[in-house]
Amino acid sequence: MIPEEIVRSPSWYESSARNRITGLLDAETFREILGPAERVMSPHLELFDLPPAFDDGVIVGRGQLDGKPVAIIAQEGQFMGGTFAEVSGAKIVGLLRAVTASAGTPDGVSAVLLLLDTGGVRLQEANAGELAVSETVRALLGVRAAGIPVVALVGGRAGAFGGGGIVTACCSHVVISEQGRISVTGPEVIETNKGAEEFDSRDRALVWRITGGRSRVLLGGADSYVKGDVASFRAAAARSRNAAPPFTLETMAAEQDRLEKRLSSYGDCRDTPEIWARAGLADPASVPDIDDDAFLALLSEREIKHDAR
Amino acid sequence: MRDWTRQKTERATRMDAAAPFADGKVVAADNATDMLRRVIKSGDRVCLEGDNQKQADFLASCLAQVDPADIHDLHIVQSGLVLPEHLDLFRLGIAKKLDFSYSGPQSGAIARALDQGKIELGAIHTYIELFARYYVDLTPNVALIAGVCADRDGNLYTGPNTEDTPTIVEATAYKSGVVIAQVNKIVDKVPRVDIPGDQIDFVVEAPRPFYVEPLFTRDPGAVTDSQILMAMIALKGIYAEYRPKRLNHGIGFATAAIELLLPTYGEKLGLRGEVATHWALNPHPTLIPAIESGWVEQIHCFGSEVGMDRYMSARPDVYFTGKDGTLRSNRLMCQNAGLYACDMFIGSTLQIDLAGNSSTVTPDRIAGFGGAPNMGSDAHGRRHVSDAWLKAGREAAGGAGPLVRGRKLVVQMVETFGEGMKPAFVEELDSLALARKLNMELAPVMIFGDDVTHIVTEEGIANLLLCRNADDVEQAIRGVAGYTPVGMARDRAKVEALRQRGVIRRPEDLGVDPMEANRNLLAARSIRDLVTWSDGLYSPPSKFRNW
Amino acid sequence: METFTIRARARAPLPGTGRQAIVGVVASGNLEILLERSETDNDVVVDVATSARGFRAVWEAVVADFVTRSSPGGVRFSIHDNGARPDTVTLRLLQGVKLLETQP
Repeated sequence: MIPEEIVRSPSWYESSARNRITGLLDAETFREILGPAERVMSPHLELFDLPPAFDDGVIVGRGQLDGKPVAIIAQEGQFMGGTFAEVSGAKIVGLLRAVTASAGTPDGVSAVLLLLDTGGVRLQEANAGELAVSETVRALLGVRAAGIPVVALVGGRAGAFGGGGIVTACCSHVVISEQGRISVTGPEVIETNKGAEEFDSRDRALVWRITGGRSRVLLGGADSYVKGDVASFRAAAARSRNAAPPFTLETMAAEQDRLEKRLSSYGDCRDTPEIWARAGLADPASVPDIDDDAFLALLSEREIKHDAR
Repeated sequence: MRDWTRQKTERATRMDAAAPFADGKVVAADNATDMLRRVIKSGDRVCLEGDNQKQADFLASCLAQVDPADIHDLHIVQSGLVLPEHLDLFRLGIAKKLDFSYSGPQSGAIARALDQGKIELGAIHTYIELFARYYVDLTPNVALIAGVCADRDGNLYTGPNTEDTPTIVEATAYKSGVVIAQVNKIVDKVPRVDIPGDQIDFVVEAPRPFYVEPLFTRDPGAVTDSQILMAMIALKGIYAEYRPKRLNHGIGFATAAIELLLPTYGEKLGLRGEVATHWALNPHPTLIPAIESGWVEQIHCFGSEVGMDRYMSARPDVYFTGKDGTLRSNRLMCQNAGLYACDMFIGSTLQIDLAGNSSTVTPDRIAGFGGAPNMGSDAHGRRHVSDAWLKAGREAAGGAGPLVRGRKLVVQMVETFGEGMKPAFVEELDSLALARKLNMELAPVMIFGDDVTHIVTEEGIANLLLCRNADDVEQAIRGVAGYTPVGMARDRAKVEALRQRGVIRRPEDLGVDPMEANRNLLAARSIRDLVTWSDGLYSPPSKFRNW
Repeated sequence: METFTIRARARAPLPGTGRQAIVGVVASGNLEILLERSETDNDVVVDVATSARGFRAVWEAVVADFVTRSSPGGVRFSIHDNGARPDTVTLRLLQGVKLLETQP
């Protein structure tokens, strides 16, 4: 009696970062680096009278996916909004650099899985957080330059905003679910600066129509769309590991070209249904409301594919 | 000789004065304020339809524009006082006296206005109580009401949110009052006649559709493990024990959790068809999974809920619908049903004292009562029996017998600590301080302790039916009050004795494992899941979406 | 923030051989507990860092009831709390010892 798509559990959106890792990797293969017992925590939060977390909201380590070694980074969106900060940022950057260093050695990995769930920079550690974002971008591109794909997985409560949105855009492949969101400036920030007429952050349908998983995958801000369960994310991560484009000048030029075309085609649109109408979708207004199966069918019928990265 | 037709004469005078501003019954929006000036006189009793959800908001703003020098000292008699304009009438000196039921978002403003002497308070009522007084001593002279559409003869279609309208109109129209309706649209033919045109004097097409607030939508995504544990305790310790088939649920998250556990945990307990088959209930979206799983025979509604209309129209075997296919709600009928035809009320509260009195009052807010006291009280006029009702009565009496009548199950669910770690169990309700401050003769109490049969917390169930004296009640309540100061001050020996008697039942006594209380038990974990369950018929308001 | 340490004696050491475990998340109304088998015999140590001030007596009562119920001897519990209610604290403590007991 219970609709099949509801009992299919566990849900990525609802899971903690640790449970996502458990569900994503082959059983018993995860080896955490700087785990909770090492107590590498934020030295700043105490000044703000805030409780720290043993892992500072980021879990890093190695494991296996379908028997092949991977490095994995997971942000816990429920702690301080999954933000980039001094310690959490250093853990991300450190792992990415280690992956680059081990490329081609017996310790080399087949991919980096980046489980983003973040509002961006942690305000209490803003300078360190901004640096962490920049260093993450640089280290991430280093990994790609070493021939190892970086796959972003976005479907948590906090989405991938601020620096998280920028980092996502630098990955080799982006996997997203309906609930996932990617953007740089968050809806509340836009509303605060430009007014509710520009962007009403409480209109959640609008927020998802602009930043949500379906819009992102239709427009090429994400590459794979998955149903919201952990198993679907796992399957997509394994698949896209092999589908990542080479990190070459040609890819970058093609990416620039792709983004320019997108801007010139749709840059004057006020909302995504306008874009879908212009792109020739039969029923643009229905895009958010159809179920996941129908949406996946739409993607494959129209052969929506965005190559460069 | 006495003139027995003064009210009819007065009505005729007012109607004549208003006639120049109307074309038959139809009044243009621009003329609405002028028309009101002719129809309303200082000192009138006015019902400015403010229901739980539906608001005659345009007519409210028109009334707030009259000159207080012309019209003043109005006596406002309406169930819901929820718009800023409602308070403006008092602030501007247009209205003076107030009798109402529920204030919701204006609860703070009402308390301030009372404190400043801007409002002379008649009484705070429950819904049926105020409706009853419309027919005894609070009959409106003028009713300003809201509908979806009307024809030029005044036949009114209220749509799914019929709510209080027929009750208000009946009292006003048949006692020589004047009834004015704002509608979203004037049409040639209404889809169905909810109020016949001869009870409506004027219709005004409002510039904007009337405002409806979604009040009963609880996002499954926000249901906590504690609420799920309490729901498991309630299902096993109360639903399975008493088997109440006819019931009402409150609107809090704890009862939403029960609704979402019916198709999962309730199914495992074998309760489908045995409990919760007939309801007096607003259209809770969280009940969709239970309805779709075959738990529910029928539901009568007080009002509607934003986004539920298409779903209900497609389930006429469950909901009351008109020939046009849309829901027909009626607050008076449904409150009556909750009072007399239900075996159980279960709902959340904010504060409970040591005698089991419960209140949602905080020191600086007067939220009123709405309907909870009607749902949550034993109807002494009830005479028909049911198993659940008799079992409760026999527990209270300590035995059976031909003169032992039943009891309605009145269950209060509360987490021991509320928002900001504020203890829910207290030595004295905040409402007593409020009553002292405002010199009220009777402190506002939502449900009196003598009506409460069970209190459910994450610590277990206190069965007050089995308590034999005030000390039993106090220790039973302390016994489920957890780590609040009230709970920590319990007499451990007495509490253990109450547990032996079955007055207190812990989760382990019921075979409920708190480790199993998690969100995977919910039949729907998000609003999106509810849409899926409804086969796409439920269309939630934007603020509840995350897609 | 308020920090304090609660010490207790359990009836017996916690069964199982797991060395450490972590449960929960420092989210609003939630907490994380790091469990380490680092104490001797039946000793129980609970280090609490909580955002909610003034609830030490409640924490002591919750821990006392938990130790009576579970007997987690030899375990140090390090807690970061962001305003969790007592029932959530108890639930996480129970989840934590179960995880530690069943770990290899």
